[in-house]
Amino acid sequence: MDEVKLFGFWASPFSRRVIWALKLKGVEYEYIEEDLPYNKSDLLLQYNPVHKKIPVLVHGGKPIAESLVILEYIDEVWPHNPLLPKDAYERSVARFWAKFIEEKTQPMWDFFRKFGEEQQKAIENNYEILRTIEEHGLGDKKFFGGDQIGIADLVFGMVIHMLAPMEEVVGYKFIKADSFPRLHAWVKHFSEHPVIKDNVPDYTKVVDFLKIRREFYRNSQQNS
Amino acid sequence: MADEDVVLLDFWPSPFGMRVRIALAEKEIKYEYKEEDLRNKSDLLRKMNPIHKKIPVLIHNGKPVCESLVQVQYIDEIWPHKSPLLPTDPYQRAIARFWGDFVEKKIYGLESGKVWTTKGEEQEAAKKEFIECLKLLEGELGNKAYFGGENLGYVDVVLVPFYSWFYAYEKCGNFSIETECPKLIAWAKRCMEKDSVSKSLPDQDKIYDYVFHLKKVFGIE
Repeated sequence: MDEVKLFGFWASPFSRRVIWALKLKGVEYEYIEEDLPYNKSDLLLQYNPVHKKIPVLVHGGKPIAESLVILEYIDEVWPHNPLLPKDAYERSVARFWAKFIEEKTQPMWDFFRKFGEEQQKAIENNYEILRTIEEHGLGDKKFFGGDQIGIADLVFGMVIHMLAPMEEVVGYKFIKADSFPRLHAWVKHFSEHPVIKDNVPDYTKVVDFLKIRREFYRNSQQNS
Repeated sequence: MADEDVVLLDFWPSPFGMRVRIALAEKEIKYEYKEEDLRNKSDLLRKMNPIHKKIPVLIHNGKPVCESLVQVQYIDEIWPHKSPLLPTDPYQRAIARFWGDFVEKKIYGLESGKVWTTKGEEQEAAKKEFIECLKLLEGELGNKAYFGGENLGYVDVVLVPFYSWFYAYEKCGNFSIETECPKLIAWAKRCMEKDSVSKSLPDQDKIYDYVFHLKKVFGIE
């Protein structure tokens, strides 16, 4: 059996989704914590010379970079507990939502990075994004993947280990039972899943990490 | 194969649309091409792509597929026997997807657009990064005829539409892509020898006229 290694960063949603995929499929792997951002290992730079970023999955000595590419690879090599449907059309829908959620969760950070009027706009923007995801992406399903966790769930999973602590630091909550009932139910189902529950970063540690980031953004804004 | 109903909602200069045109041509799939007026989007487009309201939209037997990279993979999976675009080996597929993602982020992304939308220092920085990315792609191509090896593959289909925009980039940026990346231009010309590519890409002059028109509309120097 070829060795599997994962280069990641404890707080990163990108490496977190790969950890979840490996755990869901029961794949044994060695985890290497990278000291970001200033002290990347030589091995990481060797395995991902193009982007120099985590996550990188190394399977039998062969590296793969970019989390969504890694997720599809994992799904193909270890097909049990599939992350993508068998039907080609359903697969195209799953890929569409994985990409949409990935792209839209980036600007969602703005409510945490910005202040004043810009923050207000970011908050409104987040409502729109979440509304689209709830109505068109999740609909009435338990998970984006249907009855089981799929690729889009792993991407949206950042809301439980990153958005929630950001909300605590900023003092603003988006996904509530009255504002987004279906997403609220999704958060419950996803975070209670036995594999997910046991594989989230320490909440307090993330909050502390984010408090420092928020001060950094506040200072940058004041100095700009 | 039974008669398939395939419709493509597209816009002639869109390199995203060109990817789908090439993929369908490689698979020899007959389809109805519908030109969208982006200032006056059709009800069909709005209905089939309610999230982004963008082209291209591939409608197969009434069901829409959106996002060009998703569409190319869908086409490859639905019609796997003719001209397979992704390899069968999972690791090789991951490599192809990685470079497809690289092209999407670095060649089609917002930063590379600065080559024609900006001037001065900003433009010079954009040009430098653009050329660096093309050189990385040359490295990945190596001595192969195509990124896909002996035949057109996923990365070729994802990247080659941009060749139709090279002349516009060169004129706006006042540089020669061929001088900097001769192997890549040789690759592009090799791709253009195939009907599936040459019939899917508009003339570089037409794209330049379109870019010139866009600059006027947006008040870009």
